[in-house]
This record gives sequence, C-alpha cells and structure tokens, in this order.
Amino acid sequence: MSTNGKFEPRIVGFLCNWCTYTAADTAGVSRMEQPPNVDIIRFMCTGRIEPAFILKAFAEGADGVIISGCHPPGDCHYTNGNFKTFRRMPLVEALLQQYGIEEGRFHWGWISGAEAPKWAELVRGFTEQVRTLGPLEWKQQLASKED
Amino acid sequence: MTKMTLTIDGQVVEAEEGMTILEVARKNTIPIPTLCYHPVLEPYGACRLCTVEVTQKGRSWSSLQTACTHPAWDGLDVKTNSPDVREARKMIMGLMLSRTPNVPIIQELAAEYGVSEPPFTVDDPQEKCILCGLCVRVCNDMVQAHVLNFSDRGVDRKVGPPFMEKTRQCIGCGACTIVCPTGAIEIVLEEAGIYAEKPLGPTAAIYVPFLQAVPRVPVIDTDSCIRFRQQDRSNGEIAEACGACQTLCEANAIDFTQQDEVVELNVGAIVVATGFQMWDSSKLSQYSYGRSPNIITALEFERLSNASGPTGGEIITADGEKPERVAIIHCVGSRDKNAGAHEYCSRICCMVSLKQAHLVRDKTHAEVYEFYMDMRAFGKGYEEFYERVQEDGVVMVRGRGAEVQVLPSGKLRVTGEDANLGKLVAADVDMVVLSSAIEAPADASQVSTMFGLSRTPDGWFAEAHPKLRPVETNTDGVFLAGCAQGPKDVPDTVAHAGAAASMVLALLCKGEVTISPQVAIVDEKLCSACKTCLSVCPYTAISFIVDANSARINEALCKGCGTCVATCPAGAITGQHFTDEQIYAQIEGLFRLPERVEA
Repeated sequence: MSTNGKFEPRIVGFLCNWCTYTAADTAGVSRMEQPPNVDIIRFMCTGRIEPAFILKAFAEGADGVIISGCHPPGDCHYTNGNFKTFRRMPLVEALLQQYGIEEGRFHWGWISGAEAPKWAELVRGFTEQVRTLGPLEWKQQLASKED
Repeated sequence: MTKMTLTIDGQVVEAEEGMTILEVARKNTIPIPTLCYHPVLEPYGACRLCTVEVTQKGRSWSSLQTACTHPAWDGLDVKTNSPDVREARKMIMGLMLSRTPNVPIIQELAAEYGVSEPPFTVDDPQEKCILCGLCVRVCNDMVQAHVLNFSDRGVDRKVGPPFMEKTRQCIGCGACTIVCPTGAIEIVLEEAGIYAEKPLGPTAAIYVPFLQAVPRVPVIDTDSCIRFRQQDRSNGEIAEACGACQTLCEANAIDFTQQDEVVELNVGAIVVATGFQMWDSSKLSQYSYGRSPNIITALEFERLSNASGPTGGEIITADGEKPERVAIIHCVGSRDKNAGAHEYCSRICCMVSLKQAHLVRDKTHAEVYEFYMDMRAFGKGYEEFYERVQEDGVVMVRGRGAEVQVLPSGKLRVTGEDANLGKLVAADVDMVVLSSAIEAPADASQVSTMFGLSRTPDGWFAEAHPKLRPVETNTDGVFLAGCAQGPKDVPDTVAHAGAAASMVLALLCKGEVTISPQVAIVDEKLCSACKTCLSVCPYTAISFIVDANSARINEALCKGCGTCVATCPAGAITGQHFTDEQIYAQIEGLFRLPERVEA
C-alpha cells in the first residue's frame, strides 16, 4: 500500500474493550501523536481472539498485527481472559513463523486503560518497525500459489 | 430482693438487701469521704475515714461504724457528719497526716477536719503509703497477678512484692497506680512518657474507637486488657481476672466470650468504601520522621489537638511545653516523583494544613510557617478560609520544604526554597507537622481481586468512567464511595457516598436487571460434548446438559467475554454481536477502504 511510491504499512489492532481499546481512545482524545496506520477492531476480551482472525488479517493484506489486552494477572475485566491469550499467542507466533511471516510483524502484549501514552508509543514504534520490514504482500503470494 | 428503708442525715432512703451504708449513701448522692474504697473491690475498712454514727432500730444508743463495711439494715439511723463522727475522723486524719505529711489529698482531708500539723512525730516525711490495701486487693482479686501484699506487722507493716524485689509476675497493668489514692505507686516504663509507643492512641484497654464512631460502642483491646492478658499468660488458668468494666456496666453489655465471626449475606449490590491509609512518612528520609518526637504527621497533630485526645486538646511538644514556632510542610509524599512517594496530589492536605495552622495560632500563638508548593484551596468557602489564615499571621513560604534536621539542641531546622524570594530559607522550630500523602490501603489488591475491580496506576480503584460514571465500577452491582476511588475531602466523600447509595437503590428498586445481549449461545446440534468450554468460563455460566448431550449457557450469568467462543473446537458457540462472520467482515472491510492519502 503506498501513495507517491512511499510504503505505508497497514496494521490491524485487535484490542480488548476494557483496557487497550480504552487506552487507544484516551490517546486519541488526548491528541497524542501517533501515525494513522493502525486500524482497530474491538473485542470484548482478548480471550475471544481466535488465531484465525490474525491469519485472516494477514491474508487480507495487513503488514502487521497487534494484539493487546489487560495486564495479567488481575486486570482482566473477565477475571482471566487475558490468561487464555497468554497461552494462545506463543502458539500463534510459532504458526506465523511456519508461514514465513517475520517475527516483527506480530506484536502481542498488555496496555491498561490508563496507559494511553504507552499505546501511542507502541503505535509509533511498531509502525516504524513494520515500515522497515517492508510490505508483506501475503495476499499476492497466496494468490500466486493458488494458480 | 427485699426493700428496706433507712435514714441518712434525716433523709429517708431506700436500700436493697446486700448493700452497704456507703453504697446507699452514694446512690443518694450523700457524701461520705473514703480513701480505701473502690466500687469494684471488696470493702476492707482499712482507712476508717468513712466512719459514720449508726443507731439501730429500737436502740437508744449509737455506735461508730465504717460505712463501707456496715450492711444497710431496715430502720437504721445514720449520721454522716455528727460531732462524734467529725471527732473520730479528726483523729483518723491526724494519725494519717503523721504517717504521710506530704501527700496533698491527706493534707486536704486533714485540714477539712481541723488538723493542720501532724500531731505525732513523723518518721519519714516522704512516706506516701497509708496502707489502705487498695493496691493489694486490686492485684490479688482483680488482676489475679498476686504481686502485691502486706508484709511485717504493726509499725513495720508495708506493701510490696515478695521480698520487695522486682518480680516477673507483675504484668505492668498499672491497676495499682490507678486505685492508689495517694500516688504512692509509680509505674516506671522502659521507654518514657506521653510519646512512647502508641502515644496518641487509646489510653485504656476498653475505649470508644472515636467519638463519632457508628455504632458508638466501646471495644476491648485484647492485647492490653488485663483479663485477656492474664488468660494468655496462664494458658487459660486465670480465666476471670479483672472484669471491672463488667462489674460497673449497669446495662450488662460486656461479654468477654464474644468472638469474631464470619457472616455470609446474599446481597444485590455492594459499595466498596475501603478508604485510604496514611503514606509512611519515614519513606523519605529528608523529613526526618521518626528521628524526633516533635516531627509529627497531620493525622497525629489532629489527635494531639483533639479535645478528647491525650493532652486534652493542648498543643504541646514532647517536653510538655507549648511550641513557640511550628512549621507545616505540604505535599510530603505527594506531588513527588521520588521513589516511594506519589505523583498525584492528595487533595486534602492544603486545607488540613491551613486548618491546623489556624489551630496552632489560636491555641498557642506560636509563629507558624507553611511550606507549600501551590495552595489548592479549591472548594466552596476554602479560598476565604485561606485568606483568613493569612490574616491570622501565618507565614506562607512558597516552596517545598526540602529538609528537616534535628539539631543537637533538640530544635528542628526546616530548610527550603522560597520561590517568591528566589532564596533558600531556613526556620528553627519546636514542632514540624508533615502533611503526608494519603494512599490506597495496602490490601487494595486483594479487594480488587475479590470484586473484579481494576485500579488506576496510582493504586486507587477505577471508576467505570472518570466523568460520567464516577461511582460505578466495571463489575455490575459493585459501586465505589469515598477515598476508595481517589483522595477526597469530607464534603466530596459525603456526596460520592450519597451517589453510591442512590445507584444501589436505583438498582434494587427496579427488582429486575437488564443485561446486555452480548452473550454467547451454543448451537446444540454442533456441540461435540467435549466440555472444553466449561473449564474456560470464569462465571460458571456454562453447564453441561446430559439429556441434550450438549453444553448450555445461562444468559443471566454470561458476561459476553467470548473466551468460550474462541475455545470451542467444534465452532458450536457463537458470541452474539461478535460472531466470526462479523469479525471477518470487519477485517475484509478494512482492506476495501480506499487507499490512504498522505496528509
């Protein structure tokens, strides 16, 4: 994805409603500086996030994916949904490697509702990181394999 | 119980069987002087001062008897102040003054009966003990420590522990010093004085926690109570020591057998009002808290200036002197990025400090120096109060108090920057009051886990929305009130608590609750009965229905987190409003957007 020939990464953020989505909201309301490259999809809990959603995002053309929820152990609005994420995400990482997707394109972690600056920082850092990695173009690769 | 009537000083009074003349007289507020009498102890008749003239029913002659030991009989005629009585008491006080010539209460009583000089030779003018035996009785009968007793006979008779030596049997309860009428017994504490351990706390083992306590009933501190201490020391052998409070309580409200109990209640709403705790002022060493008894926190000052406090509301230093100069330091532990301190403003301290400055000026006329960073007099009438305190003559120093030094003379030197003058300033003062921060209680994390509450980075419980839902939490039916949510002064706390109560009532009055439609549902045809979902649900909302061979979700319990949806290997669970199709559509939708235009 580019304009004027310059690569602009497309990143999908899967965020939990109670912590990181709130942080992202606050970051926006507080007018913290952050690049517009991250598109957010809200979940009630990161525990809802299926690995398939992440693959789907990459398959649709995302260059990076962020998963972020409430800090373990006690912050989860649903008591322990973040623990499920904690257990699932290392497996997703391994899976993505097998598909040949670089480590730096996938980030999972925790940002509480009060950590808006941390969210803005993550968006800035991650966008730069993905920009350095360049376009993923997984969709095109998949299409060429199908042929 | 048979009632009887007797006459005391011409007044006809009623008595119950078993009462002594003294008890009847006291009940009718007829004064009879006593020295060796105490209402919770067996009367002993040692001092003879309560001697009264008694004429029995049907007799023409009277006799002198001690009122504390003589039973009240029907038809007795008692005179408490007849010439014979006065003569007898004069003799008694003469003898007592000869034994203890320098005890004020003995001098006063002797003077009352016309004895100004000791009629007999004084052996030891410093003697204070009148051998009334109150201490002996309290130690043996009440405390049951059996430390004190009489020894020797006649003129050598004296009171003391066995062989007049220190004994480990003494539990240091101080009961003997309290009952001693002449101040002959002193307790020597290893650490001295009013500022010793727990200085500003309760002064008796049974006390009302504070005057505004609800319910306003006394509690027993079992660590200090003689009865409980004796039980502990003797492994339960001495089970019934003291009990003075029980004897004296007319309402029979003292029950030593009460135990803490766990009560389980089913409730529809919970208000979390766990309050705050004081920040430990010794965490920042520059304030020297703990290095001098005259460096106190605002809360300790509050106790010191309290009319029901240990000094009766007098503001004094540890030496018992009125301070001449007092420094009050704001923002101790708050608005401070140092490790151990808090970055937030504790909100209450400015007004507390101003009030305390006013109290110091009012009660002691001492010079007061307020070291402040910003004066946050934010509420109704607060700015006016700030003006008034300035008019009281309080010296306002704009700049954080940087350091408190304890000088070798015991004085305290406060240094800081006066930002208005642009200079370093120092003040040598007698007392320093630290307006310490308030912080979330140490066990707040346990409370947050118990109720599923989240906390803001400063440690306070998080409200559902900082502006629009300030008393609700993210857990349905759990509300916040007061400092549990963040620092608040009294009016704000009352308003917040009132709001929480209204929210609770609004919830309970409806009789039913509306739940979000964002719940998970199971397609029973697809369910493979693996029961994986049962283990992941934090709300036990999923149960396995054997007849249907399928899991089923209780919609009232489900909170819609979707964890089971993601977990279900058969894809049989749908999270309403967050279905797979909806999420895929969102992802696809993102990449159908027109290309971004660079700004």
